[in-house]
Amino acid sequence: MADIIRLEKISKTYGTKVKTQVLFDIDLAFAEQSFNAIIGQSGSGKSTLMNIIGTLDQPTRGEIWINQIRTTDMNADQLASLRNETIGFIFQFHYLLPEFTVMENVLMPWRIRGLPVIKEVRDRAEELLDTVGLSKVHNNLATALSGGQQQRTAIARALINQPKIVLADEPTGNLDSATTDTVYQLLRQINRKMKTTFIIITHDKRVAEQADRIVEIKDGRIEMDVRNPI
Amino acid sequence: MKLAFRIASRFLLSSRGQTILILTGIIIGVSVQVFIGSLIDGLQKSLVDSTVGSSSQVTIESVERNQTFPLSDDLLADLDRRSDLTAVSPVFSASAFMVDDEATWPVLMRGFDFARAEPIYKTEAQLAAGRLPAGTGEVLLGTGLAELTGYTVGDTLMVLTPSGDTRDLLISGIFDLKVASLNETWLLSDLATTQALFAAGDEVSAVEMQVEAVFAADETASLLADSLPADLKVTDWKVENEQLLSALSGQSASSYMIQVFVLLAVLLGISSVLAISVVQKSRQIGILKAMGIRNRTSRQIFLIQGFLLGLIGALAGVGLGLGLSAVFSTFVRNADGMPLVPFYFDPVFVSLSFLIAVAAATVSSMIPAGKSAKLNPIEVIRNG
Repeated sequence: MADIIRLEKISKTYGTKVKTQVLFDIDLAFAEQSFNAIIGQSGSGKSTLMNIIGTLDQPTRGEIWINQIRTTDMNADQLASLRNETIGFIFQFHYLLPEFTVMENVLMPWRIRGLPVIKEVRDRAEELLDTVGLSKVHNNLATALSGGQQQRTAIARALINQPKIVLADEPTGNLDSATTDTVYQLLRQINRKMKTTFIIITHDKRVAEQADRIVEIKDGRIEMDVRNPI
Repeated sequence: MKLAFRIASRFLLSSRGQTILILTGIIIGVSVQVFIGSLIDGLQKSLVDSTVGSSSQVTIESVERNQTFPLSDDLLADLDRRSDLTAVSPVFSASAFMVDDEATWPVLMRGFDFARAEPIYKTEAQLAAGRLPAGTGEVLLGTGLAELTGYTVGDTLMVLTPSGDTRDLLISGIFDLKVASLNETWLLSDLATTQALFAAGDEVSAVEMQVEAVFAADETASLLADSLPADLKVTDWKVENEQLLSALSGQSASSYMIQVFVLLAVLLGISSVLAISVVQKSRQIGILKAMGIRNRTSRQIFLIQGFLLGLIGALAGVGLGLGLSAVFSTFVRNADGMPLVPFYFDPVFVSLSFLIAVAAATVSSMIPAGKSAKLNPIEVIRNG
């Protein structure tokens, strides 16, 4: 399978006077349709790596190809379009828009794309909400949901534009273990059904073990990179 | 733009308390501005009206002082045809004495064509008793002079001219022009009677006129002067009332100052509330940017909020301001029952106030909008 994400010699240094290097010459590639876990301790640099993959942060050195497109020379608007069309984000803190309903939150990336919300899109949103088990609350305000429901809404939102990549940063960090399991089953199911590439940062060993591949980051370097035989 | 509008309006609706607070600020600001502007405007109009509304605004006279001049029918017809003049009234004035067996009183005889002079002097409305002179040989007496002399309607008084001629005139009415010096010295009669009394033939001492645009009286006067013979001159009320005009412009300037500062306070209010709103909504802006919203759109979200606040605030503010002016003129009255300041609605001033408020609200949202455009999503995402 071709690589959908390729990082070449990625370094990241924060600060101007006191410099702190958090990533050191990372070379990493992810295959299309794969389900990957990135693990590592707090402060290891895994979230920085994830933000750089998602084009939210820029590396100090090195280059990134997303979907065979080199992102180094892209301007803010081009990066915004790339994110909107190619990448779905699921964050630890849900980040739904509290002013909007569940359905409106799910449709937001589509509206940002500038396309009209035709019936087909609305049907897709309904289907996604159905998949994540939220079809009954789609007219509720995002703030009226439980943590697990909010995270599942964020998953539906990440998928509305049918992105090739979904980046999830500790998507279950704030959830109890039962809900964590449900959410991971869901992500895996979506990965199989929609052929979406998943890169998930997690602390949870049990979750990581179910991934196709585990990359461990330690002190800004790749400490371990194993492919799961199952 | 549609998306920015959708998000902006939702932001405003969701922070309802904050929106109502800032709207109240704008409404009060704009209404005070409209109220003060209308009040000063109304005050000035009524001041000008009471000062020159019942007198000649543009006057044709002989170049030489106190000289009479023949008024041709052609010139009168020309003046009548002009659309910038609302009233044209030839007048003959001359000093004389009112005499009886016991005393003599100096008077100014003024002869009008009452039909023509009515729009200027509104004599009929100022009659304290009797009626306007109907034909030759009749005269109106001021209330002051009536008190001094003891004459009343129906009496006959005797006028003595400087050349020694006398004539008896029947008092048809008594006027009250609300100016003591005029009430004590003026005798009003018709033009023919006065001209005959002073043996002036067809000559007049002035042609008094009122103009369509009071504050452009000087322009009308100079246009008129160009078409007149060299021995005639044209004067206008602005030349004769320089002090009033300077007082009015001083008043206007202070009114503008108040309006500008009120507006400035409103602007700072909008700007600071929206600046706080950018901080409050930075999480949302950050996530929208992560999802691919462009910097331009995130700027528009706050510009549109400013615009909407300005639009709604200005609409309600203009309404409230005009309402206040109407209430003020209805309930705040002089002892005689007339409004202290009459209600005055100037559509140009009101539309301008409205447009400036909307534009200013939009402009004042530019700083917060710029902040929103510059916001880096990573800061929000990294900090939770």
